[in-house]
Amino acid sequence: MNAIILTATWGVVMMLGGAFIKSKSTPKYLAITGLVLIIIANCIQMNNGASFFTVDVKNMLVFDSFNLTFINVVFGCTLLYFLLNGRDIEKVGEHVSEYFALLFFILCGIAIISTFNSLLMLFIGIEIVSIPLYILTGSDKRNLKSNEAALKYFLMGAFSTGIMLLGIAMLYGGSATGSFFIENIISGNAPMPPLIAAGLVLLLVSMSFKVSAAPFHFWTPDVYDGAPTVFTSFMATIVKAAAFYAFVRLFENAFGSMHEQWQTLIVILTAATLLVGNLTAVFQQSVKRMLAYSSIAQAGFMLFALFALSNMAKEGLVLYAAAYSLASIGIFAILVRIRDYTIDGFNGLAKQQPVLAITATIFLLSLTGIPLTAGFQSKFYMLMAAVQNGHHTWLVIFAVLCAAISAYYYFRVIQAMFLRKVPEMPCWPKI
Amino acid sequence: MDPKNIWITFPELLTWFPLLAGLVAFFIRSEKSVKTWAIMAGLITLGISVVSLLYADPVKHLHLNNVSYFWLKNLGSNFTLGLDGMGRMLTVLTAISFPVIFIATYSTSYKNAHVFYGLMLLTQAGLMGVFTAMDVLVFYFFWELAVIPVYFLASRWGGERRILATFKFFVYTFAGSLLMLVGIIYVYMHTPGTDFSSHSFSMNAMYSALLSPTEKNWVFWLFFIAFAIKMPVFPFHSWQPDTYEQAPTATTMVLSGIMVKMGIFAVIRWILPIFPEAVLQFDNIIIGLSVVGMIYASLIAIKQDDLKRFVAWSSIAHIGLMCAAIFTRSEMGLQGVMIQMFSHGINIIGMWIVVDLIEKQTGTRKISELGGIAHKAPALTIFLVVIALANIALPLTNAFVGEFMMFSGLFGFNKIYTAVAGLSIILAAVYTLNMVQKVFYGETNAISAGMQDISLGQKLVLGVLVVFIFGFGVYPQPLFDLTKDTVAAILTRIN
Repeated sequence: MNAIILTATWGVVMMLGGAFIKSKSTPKYLAITGLVLIIIANCIQMNNGASFFTVDVKNMLVFDSFNLTFINVVFGCTLLYFLLNGRDIEKVGEHVSEYFALLFFILCGIAIISTFNSLLMLFIGIEIVSIPLYILTGSDKRNLKSNEAALKYFLMGAFSTGIMLLGIAMLYGGSATGSFFIENIISGNAPMPPLIAAGLVLLLVSMSFKVSAAPFHFWTPDVYDGAPTVFTSFMATIVKAAAFYAFVRLFENAFGSMHEQWQTLIVILTAATLLVGNLTAVFQQSVKRMLAYSSIAQAGFMLFALFALSNMAKEGLVLYAAAYSLASIGIFAILVRIRDYTIDGFNGLAKQQPVLAITATIFLLSLTGIPLTAGFQSKFYMLMAAVQNGHHTWLVIFAVLCAAISAYYYFRVIQAMFLRKVPEMPCWPKI
Repeated sequence: MDPKNIWITFPELLTWFPLLAGLVAFFIRSEKSVKTWAIMAGLITLGISVVSLLYADPVKHLHLNNVSYFWLKNLGSNFTLGLDGMGRMLTVLTAISFPVIFIATYSTSYKNAHVFYGLMLLTQAGLMGVFTAMDVLVFYFFWELAVIPVYFLASRWGGERRILATFKFFVYTFAGSLLMLVGIIYVYMHTPGTDFSSHSFSMNAMYSALLSPTEKNWVFWLFFIAFAIKMPVFPFHSWQPDTYEQAPTATTMVLSGIMVKMGIFAVIRWILPIFPEAVLQFDNIIIGLSVVGMIYASLIAIKQDDLKRFVAWSSIAHIGLMCAAIFTRSEMGLQGVMIQMFSHGINIIGMWIVVDLIEKQTGTRKISELGGIAHKAPALTIFLVVIALANIALPLTNAFVGEFMMFSGLFGFNKIYTAVAGLSIILAAVYTLNMVQKVFYGETNAISAGMQDISLGQKLVLGVLVVFIFGFGVYPQPLFDLTKDTVAAILTRIN
């Protein structure tokens, strides 16, 4: 509870503070302080279950230690994001404290979708996450691409929200007791009634939109490309990880007992996502777009959590979310500092900025999943969970072949940094 | 020996010492000192491995040769290293090769030499780890640790087309090792036990995995493709000539001298004991592929004009025979592979040293442009001829022993394969003698006129290799003694 109330409050504080704060860098420090306090408050609740606020949530939210751990992971990544990108957020536009306020509202939504126990809370959480994101995508308001991205994102998002609502309504009507609680939707192992089946598919579609799983990924490259890079970084990592967590929680708790009946759907989604993400990423010339497609490809690996739906898979998802978010936040933070987003823009970076190039290499190696990096450990967990599941082992082999393809596009950037010549007019500033 | 008195074991020393030395090398900025440091480190590792030969008794010195500490305990993987006969032989080969390579290429100067030598030593650590790993996950880690430095070595210091060539190499091996990872996980899930803490990645658990015959048949391929890419066996060989040609010669020596042995070693260590039924099922296909590869590679070697590509293709032909001999599952064949792994490492490194010397002095590797070097550099020529004869596997050279045994093993398996494979001996004589004749004999031309004979240091290095060539050619018994236990253990497990 601490996390939800405090993030919302802090968002309001940031927004009102914007009216009084003249200095441009104060909001950043205010936001970092607030986030540290919130993380501490969340840790307190995690350790002894004590919440600062006594709110009767009527069991619509559940605060078990796993959920709270995930919130901590996400907030920790956000803190890192603030620290790394604070200065770049200031550069996006005039209303710095409002950007931070919107980011805090998103965190509030993330806290809700990580703890929901009722479909209504899921819907509210998803909306709280999405609406600020639409604004942030369009925050570079003089840039046509940013405007286009925001509009596209809003239309697509509204569309998927509609589908989700329809699905929720069907589940409500189809469940035996007429309830929004996710564990009450299915009772026993009876065959799935048609209403429930339809609701399930609709929810699957709308959640796939949110996590940009193929074939519902078409908005992703345009939106990620058009949004200001700092916010792309946030969207592609933290928001995506949280959406995945909600996805898995929903399907595990609501439909877990019928896993075998919808596993085939997930298999198709996973295979399509891996294939589309990796193959399209190969052909990108812009690193930003390449990262957008690679985030689709990484989503394919995270879908293994839904495919396997075991404890190991859930642990693997948290690990994957953390490893992927850290590496992507890092690589985006470097990308912000480079003016030319094409792969050639990275040429010879190692000569001029060796430290930057080496850190970028480590992030890329982690994204590829080379041993001794967190990325390898998390991929390893996912593969273990999938093999343990025992069905569809071909999918695992398919996934590792796709991972081999991913080495191609990640290593192109490494090659550009280390092996190509410095251009005559380097387009990165001194740091 | 009392285990309490042992504070460090041989496999640990062999693995961690090059790793530490490599990390230190990154901080030695002066080119001269880092070269000296690398040679010193290589010689110390060699010393350790020679000493380890004296403490090789599997019972008496058990605790000196095996070590295990907790690693990923809840997944059932312990960091287990150990030396058995085959592993010991290959660690010795690795330990001999690196100082030889460092000394032979001493005069080559590298930009950022500290990074170059640091990566080389890291590769050595990775190779040592592969040969001593007794836990399949540890094996996987070292397998990757050995490859990644090579990628950077080749793409940073290589020839003109290095970026593309090494990229191909990397994507190939990465795809292979990921397939192997899936295979490893699959077998692990079927090791005795019910949950993650009772399953295990240890070698014994992997050997006793309960897989059905169908499962074995396809998991076998996940492993085999990874190893086949590494060896390389036809048709997975296409990365190899490009990479050998483009990589800096010191790295090529590591690649061809030792790293291809990783593939052969891994087949013997993991595939034969885990999937004996699948080996039985697919032996004809694989031996067939190997034999086709031998002839194919030999024919291409005849037509090569570039010395580096020439050696690369001739190496593919030799590896093909080793791969075929493994799958005959005969004692003769396997023992021959053991001997040949060592001999091939020595011979091909010698070959590369000669190629490197010629290229450095004349600036070309084209066979058609060279000629008459024998007049200018008689000592070099003598060494080359000895190495070339070993390459053809003439009696009295070390390669003869191995090849003879492998052919006998193959003969017991199938006579037609043996006859076809036997053609490759003739072809080897054709391409090798052809090369020797064109490069070293005939008239001296403008390019070779400036050749100088080799220095004392180079004579010493090549001399050591020639001693090995004749030594094990006349008296290969030490190699038999070292590896016969491994061969016997593997064979009892299969049959």
